[in-house]
Amino acid sequence: MSMKELGVVGRNVGQRDLESHARGQTTYYEDVHYPRMLHLKMHRSAEPHARIVSVDTSAAEASPGVVCVLTHEDLPGKKVWNGLAAVGVGPEDEPILAFDKVRWRGEPIVAVLGESAEAARAGAAKVEVDYDPLPGVFDVEEAISGSLPALTAHWPNNHYIYPDDHGAAQIRFGDVEQGFAEADHIVEDSYQTSPIEQAPMETNGCIAKPGGDGRITVHTNTQAVHFARDNTAAILGIAPGKLRFLGGTVGGGFGGKVDVAVEPISVLAAMRTGRPVKFKYTREEEMQVSSTRSAWRLNIKDGVMDDGRIVARKITSYQDSGAYLRFSSYGSMKHAGHMPGPYTIPNVWVDARVVFTNRPPSSAMRGFGVMAASFAIELQMDKVAKTIGMDPWQLRLLNAYRNGDMRAHRKVNEDAAMVETIQAAAQLAGHELPAEYQAMTSWDRKAS
Amino acid sequence: MAKVRGTGFAAVNYPTGMHLGGDPTQSLIHMTPAGDFVVTMASVDLGQGLRTVLAQIAAETLGVPYESIVVETADTDTGPHCTGTFASRTTHRAGNAVVMAAQEARKAMLEVAGELLEASPEDLETDGDGNIHIKGVAEKSVSVGEVAGAAHFGYGKTIAGRGAYLKPPSPMDPETGECDPDSTQAHACTVVEVEVDTETGMVEVIDMKSVYEVGQQVNPDLVKGQIVGGSWMGIGHALYETTAPGYPAIDPAPVDFQNYLQPGAAEMPDVTCEVLEYPAESGPYGGKGVGEMVTNGPIPAIVNAINNALDVRITQIPVTPEVVLRALDEKKAQAGA
Repeated sequence: MSMKELGVVGRNVGQRDLESHARGQTTYYEDVHYPRMLHLKMHRSAEPHARIVSVDTSAAEASPGVVCVLTHEDLPGKKVWNGLAAVGVGPEDEPILAFDKVRWRGEPIVAVLGESAEAARAGAAKVEVDYDPLPGVFDVEEAISGSLPALTAHWPNNHYIYPDDHGAAQIRFGDVEQGFAEADHIVEDSYQTSPIEQAPMETNGCIAKPGGDGRITVHTNTQAVHFARDNTAAILGIAPGKLRFLGGTVGGGFGGKVDVAVEPISVLAAMRTGRPVKFKYTREEEMQVSSTRSAWRLNIKDGVMDDGRIVARKITSYQDSGAYLRFSSYGSMKHAGHMPGPYTIPNVWVDARVVFTNRPPSSAMRGFGVMAASFAIELQMDKVAKTIGMDPWQLRLLNAYRNGDMRAHRKVNEDAAMVETIQAAAQLAGHELPAEYQAMTSWDRKAS
Repeated sequence: MAKVRGTGFAAVNYPTGMHLGGDPTQSLIHMTPAGDFVVTMASVDLGQGLRTVLAQIAAETLGVPYESIVVETADTDTGPHCTGTFASRTTHRAGNAVVMAAQEARKAMLEVAGELLEASPEDLETDGDGNIHIKGVAEKSVSVGEVAGAAHFGYGKTIAGRGAYLKPPSPMDPETGECDPDSTQAHACTVVEVEVDTETGMVEVIDMKSVYEVGQQVNPDLVKGQIVGGSWMGIGHALYETTAPGYPAIDPAPVDFQNYLQPGAAEMPDVTCEVLEYPAESGPYGGKGVGEMVTNGPIPAIVNAINNALDVRITQIPVTPEVVLRALDEKKAQAGA
């Protein structure tokens, strides 16, 4: 789109709902109140990996104020699912309510509906599950070493399988081995990020309200109302038109509210009881049950010339998906597609693996797959600079991609002003650049 | 034992929109009998100001006052499909859908105005203050409100528009990774100064300066809000936050903000930011996405600054006091060996 004289675009008109947020007048899903509303609490796995020997809900059902309990036997549609099944991602691997086995501590097993949140919580605590514990798999490289059992039959080596039986999301561009052979220096290191909580002020939650006309309205703080509605309908095997998903303003998302974690079971409970049902994650559930940012481990090997040109970059990444897939295969593809960062390197090799462990399932968070990539690459760039004795600013400018360059995923670079951004930051920080580095531009590789 | 300072920086790029495309957002716009416009979306406002940004884009394209735009969101009964609010996609995807819907609605509005002014719609222009007039003839003018009244009660016409933006899906070649993954890339470079207490291992971020390149900004204050918020989140990620302090072990497992640490106001340094505007070909008025990238510069910049301050090589986050002290012990052991 060509630029023209702009009116209100580009102006600080002020966030229109800022005052309402600041004064506490914004309506969130929880501000909706219905009479006779039930509360849902989940009985969750106490074991990270175990066979379920038996589940006894009799004490929970007899608990004061408990209206009903729901186990996997009550699910009318799917027993296992994946949120991206509709776009061909699979196999569906995650139980909606656990049966046979649990694969992470916190996995939902029995939903308990109570007249109050306290009654539901007390009831959920009385569910008795007899476990036969199994050895746990926690480290990503151990998980795929072949020495540990497979967590599910879907992933025999505990890693995701991409099309054409590839064990990783791959980039193959040029010939890294030849690049390493020609390089003056080889620079290698390993990097590790941590599982991190999205930490929204408002935890995941919804209220499902039967309308009397056969439809159910779901007040929810999902980041994606159609996605959540259609997945809920698919899980329960009901027509999507029976559901109306209604959001408003969400109290922080950061990727933590895309899992459709609370809606399906709440709708099922509302269908069963004919009453409004509220399911709100506690802060504890938000931190230890709701998906975190995936932890990533990366090994990077660079081939570098004396003059600072990086001629080869080989990356092996392990995304800790936890016990189930969720959106991890997407995350690793985004991760691989981001490599080798904002630099033009003629030889690039990437294997980005999704690994399954007995940790809580991880998923999206702000910068899915890219945050870990940027973290590792930018630490690696400093190591390269130090190894060859070059100013790290100059190293980045020399290697920064220009418009017209071929990226490692074979797309021609355009609209990119990385060089100008680095130059401006150097100036802002008072770091003086030599004239030839100041003269560089994203629109002409030779300008310097 | 001392407090030592160091500096570090990081340069990052970030894709706009869902990886590999295939993530549509649609928009419907209609004019009320009073001459206001309702923009109906299924997109979800997470507090970042989506309603404000989409109202600005709608007003710009329609050529009517910003105040006359209402943005309705997050209802699957009324809102046309939006994939969701994530992947730094809303300004770009929803923004483009709103531009398209507003173009169609503007065309319908100018047709009715043309009837009233006895002029061809191509000869009309909007003044952005609620009036439509013949180009170069300011006195041959009609208000948007009059056009609305005439459309509803005189001509029986709708003044409305539909928009649908989709970046077609581009599957990744499983062998080579070949794909067209994004609509554009935004860029940032963050420079950080830290002070490290070599006795306690505590790290303080003293100063953070960033330059961002995010295409045309729709609302610079909201862009700055993302940058400052992301600076805070980046400090948390770099220094404090983990749900598994013994990773990969599942214990200990923090369950509240007593044990899951985040930076407070006292940990927030001065944040300076500068924004460069290089318009994106595919963006609404040249806009790129800024939502997610804002933690990605601060995190490596902070760790690079710590390594610079201590002359150590830390390669993990969070860089807790324990990580700092172990790195110093290792350095001492190597020096003594």
